[in-house]
Amino acid sequence: MPCKNCQEKPVIKLTNVNVSLCKQHFLRYFEKKVKKTIRTFNLIEKGNKIGIALSGGKDSFTVLSILKQFQDKKIITLEALAIDEGIKAYRDLTNAKKFCKDNNITLHILNYEDFFNHSLDKMVKKFKNKTPCSFCGVFRRYLLNYGSKKFKFDKLATGHNLDDESQSILMNQFRNNPEVSARLGPITGVMIDKRFIRRIKPLYFVTEKETTTYSFLKGFPVKFSECPYASFGYRNSVRDMLNEFELKYLGTKYSIVDSFIKILPSLKQQFKEAKTLSSCKLCNEPTSKKICQACEYVRELKDYKNR
Amino acid sequence: MPKVFIERENKHVEVTASSVKEILQKLKINPEVVIISKNNELVTEDSKVSEKDEIKLLSVISGG
Repeated sequence: MPCKNCQEKPVIKLTNVNVSLCKQHFLRYFEKKVKKTIRTFNLIEKGNKIGIALSGGKDSFTVLSILKQFQDKKIITLEALAIDEGIKAYRDLTNAKKFCKDNNITLHILNYEDFFNHSLDKMVKKFKNKTPCSFCGVFRRYLLNYGSKKFKFDKLATGHNLDDESQSILMNQFRNNPEVSARLGPITGVMIDKRFIRRIKPLYFVTEKETTTYSFLKGFPVKFSECPYASFGYRNSVRDMLNEFELKYLGTKYSIVDSFIKILPSLKQQFKEAKTLSSCKLCNEPTSKKICQACEYVRELKDYKNR
Repeated sequence: MPKVFIERENKHVEVTASSVKEILQKLKINPEVVIISKNNELVTEDSKVSEKDEIKLLSVISGG
């Protein structure tokens, strides 16, 4: 099947609409789609300082590359924030540093060892009965929010794509977590609170496959690597199941996210009224409990040392 | 037989097939989880392959 627009050799078949596109028309389609998401959901406003959560993977390079077009037009200013969890033979920020340097973007790096006294590798050895993704996610979100405030970002852009979002929606359904679902969407959070820097997802309506294709065609310096702890994750099972479904029933992921977007405003409203946030007694970060989850984990790590 | 590199497993295999689709079916790889390069150019599952072609199955899944 040739490109639907020009009969050239196709580089991708878009599964949701069953059409093929050549390089030139795919790049145009992809950027148009991401920019439409930014416009439709008001992800950025003129004068915003936007931080990019940079991992050195295809998604964050793609976000940086597209948002840079807005910086070049002097609509926003951009900086990047990377989290070094301390995972040997996986977390390597060399390409991220070079990419930022080449694009003239300031890169800030925060790491687990400095903040929590432990790299993730050390934590995994102590927390033998916990899934690595569960506590790593808490620490990573903590540092992203902390860094966003420290560096005065108005919003933090992440590389979450349609695959990530459809997985999260299903995971929350399966685990009966509507309150967590209420925080999803192209702009995260259920209410505006200056202690929480809102996260925006410009890749919300593009698939993982489309983003990988864009990254390949743009020649981003991405090395394939997989977190050594990822196989423990519940997300992996949901991802495999969704990909099997997508193969049999084209457009499944789009349908999940599209239908979710329709109920999201009422979901946010429901949990906005039910929620009051206090500040953690130990670190002052926002939490619904007396002590935030990151500080609870840090306490557990210290206790382990004393056992 | 076209030579096929599976990035996620970091291994090369040879597969008797006349199209990318057939390669994916034989290797039991879901087209949703890879992009395909033929002689370093991106192609779709519909692309035909010959003995001399070098096929790479690049994983779309990365990170954690």
